Amino acid sequence: MPETAATRDAYGKTLERMGERYPEIVALDADLSESTRTIWFAKKFPERFFQMGIAEQDMIATAAGLASAGKVPFASSFAIFASRAWEQVRNLLCRAEINVNLCLTHTGISVGEDGASAQALEDIAAFRVLPNMRIIVPADDIETVGVIEFLAADRNGPTYVRLGRSKTPRIHAQDYKFVFGKASVPREGKDIAIIACGVMVGKAMEATEILAAEGIEARVINMSTIKPIDADTIIAASKEIGKIVTAEEHSIIGGLGGAVAEVLAENAPCSMKRVGTRDTFGESGTPDELLEKYGLQPHHIAAAAKSLL
Amino acid sequence: MEKTTDISRLKEIARQIRIDILESTFAAGSGHPGGSMSAVEVIVALYWSEMNHRPDEPHWPDRDRFVLSKGHACPVLYAALARAGYFAVKELKNLRKLGSFLQGHTDMLKTPGVDFSAGSLGMGLSFANGVALAARLDKKDYRTYVMLGDGEVQEGQIWEAAMTAPHRKLDNVCAILDYNKLQIDGFNKDIKGLEPIDEKWAAFGWHVIRIDGHDFEAIFKALDSARTTKGKPTIIIADTLKGKGVSFMENQAGFHGRCLKPDEMEKAREELKEVLK
Ligand SMILES: Cc1ncc(C[n+]2csc(CCOP(=O)(O)OP(=O)(O)O)c2C)c(N)n1
Ligand SMILES: [Mg+2]
Repeated sequence: MPETAATRDAYGKTLERMGERYPEIVALDADLSESTRTIWFAKKFPERFFQMGIAEQDMIATAAGLASAGKVPFASSFAIFASRAWEQVRNLLCRAEINVNLCLTHTGISVGEDGASAQALEDIAAFRVLPNMRIIVPADDIETVGVIEFLAADRNGPTYVRLGRSKTPRIHAQDYKFVFGKASVPREGKDIAIIACGVMVGKAMEATEILAAEGIEARVINMSTIKPIDADTIIAASKEIGKIVTAEEHSIIGGLGGAVAEVLAENAPCSMKRVGTRDTFGESGTPDELLEKYGLQPHHIAAAAKSLL
Repeated sequence: MEKTTDISRLKEIARQIRIDILESTFAAGSGHPGGSMSAVEVIVALYWSEMNHRPDEPHWPDRDRFVLSKGHACPVLYAALARAGYFAVKELKNLRKLGSFLQGHTDMLKTPGVDFSAGSLGMGLSFANGVALAARLDKKDYRTYVMLGDGEVQEGQIWEAAMTAPHRKLDNVCAILDYNKLQIDGFNKDIKGLEPIDEKWAAFGWHVIRIDGHDFEAIFKALDSARTTKGKPTIIIADTLKGKGVSFMENQAGFHGRCLKPDEMEKAREELKEVLK
């Protein structure tokens, strides 16, 4: 079994470490600092942490004010609750190009027992449509470290970082270097390309073992930057392989699958299947039960791949 | 730039800015004159006396900030910025035109001197609090002024932010409520009443001052009081008239979002030949 870790834990630890390096970093939370892990930064830098209470719109617009006066804010909540401030994100952060890092946790169906109200399955779509917005979905804790280090130094946001609640398998080696806007290829293959993001990169890696047992060699592409998307890597996969499966813990509408389909349709059409939730809300259950029921396990990815061969 | 507390000089500047508001929206063929006219005296008092700012250095880090949360009233802000020297007065005739840096609602990326991109109501107080928190962290003494509309305070986010500022004892924030009693569909009291508005802000922990928002002396006194009040933010509730200064515009919801017609413009020019009493 590979080592497991939650991306929110890596976020909390790296934010704390970046707080030491950059005195201009501040953090905000909306009464979920324990869960989002901003509490570690808060304990270390109490005067640079702003507990905003259950007021996500206020939190995001306050972060914008802090950024306009020279601070580098990281604002956190659960992705679905911060999404109520979509219009603040649109009209303030994106329209005025304000460098606020929205590091939102508890995404996808693997939130588990809390059920549908907390499981963000539409957030990539909702934020992807916004001009100037950058979206990053780290695949594991190692990549999360790289993402947060990148954002702490780079100040060209706004950026949405999609983080998870549950511990998931580590994909990357310690020496992995996150490159913003560039997909990585954790596994090469010639028969099918699986483009995944977040926890689904790990699921895709497991799917390759199922496929390999049947003599099918799958390439796995970790599309951790969803916006701006790495079109070159998608087009190359289409030209070299011609069969693409996308896998995301998000609705098949408007998320990674949608973004890849947009690139393919205009540049290099090929056969394609999207693995994701199928225009539905989640429900309560354990993460594994839910991933099974909603079609997000390795065998679902493998079946989608085989259907294209 | 010229700074003054001379009332007759300020009244003359206010007269000029009222003409600018009407001429610029007239040239644009659209815009929001009503809620611009009600805010003139407060904005003149801020830019010509109260605020530390440098028209030749709009991004001066230590400047006092002005956050116009009711961004549709940008014609008054643009006129004030032009008359204060941020850009040429002749630019005002490009309001709302394609490619202009004077957008239909404020855009901090485009207009020199604009500190906040507004247009969607309800966000400015939160933003002002954020600026004020940054000032405190940096141990700087610049202040943040934020103007709210009365209809605007029906937005829930205003009350989120109204809780934040006193909680954090942001005495470097001064809100001004342009209480002209009108919004788009009519009077506040018929749409969703605000009263008792002083008590609401006081109950949230604010130092509340109520004044006639067209009286320069009252405005200066209130700003002095805000600046010297420690440990809590101040809100100046400024009783104003929407459309103030032109008889047929005053207290009319209809002039919220439309410019004058040619014959109305003629009449307004006549009326605005003299400063207001
Ligand atoms: C969030 C939001 N909802 C609706 C509008 C449309 N709108 C523009 S101005 C306005 C009325 C504002 O009234 P008030 O705050 O009293 O402004 P003033 O009277 O000072 O012009 C409305 C509803 C908007 N700009 N933003
Ligand atoms: Mg009003």
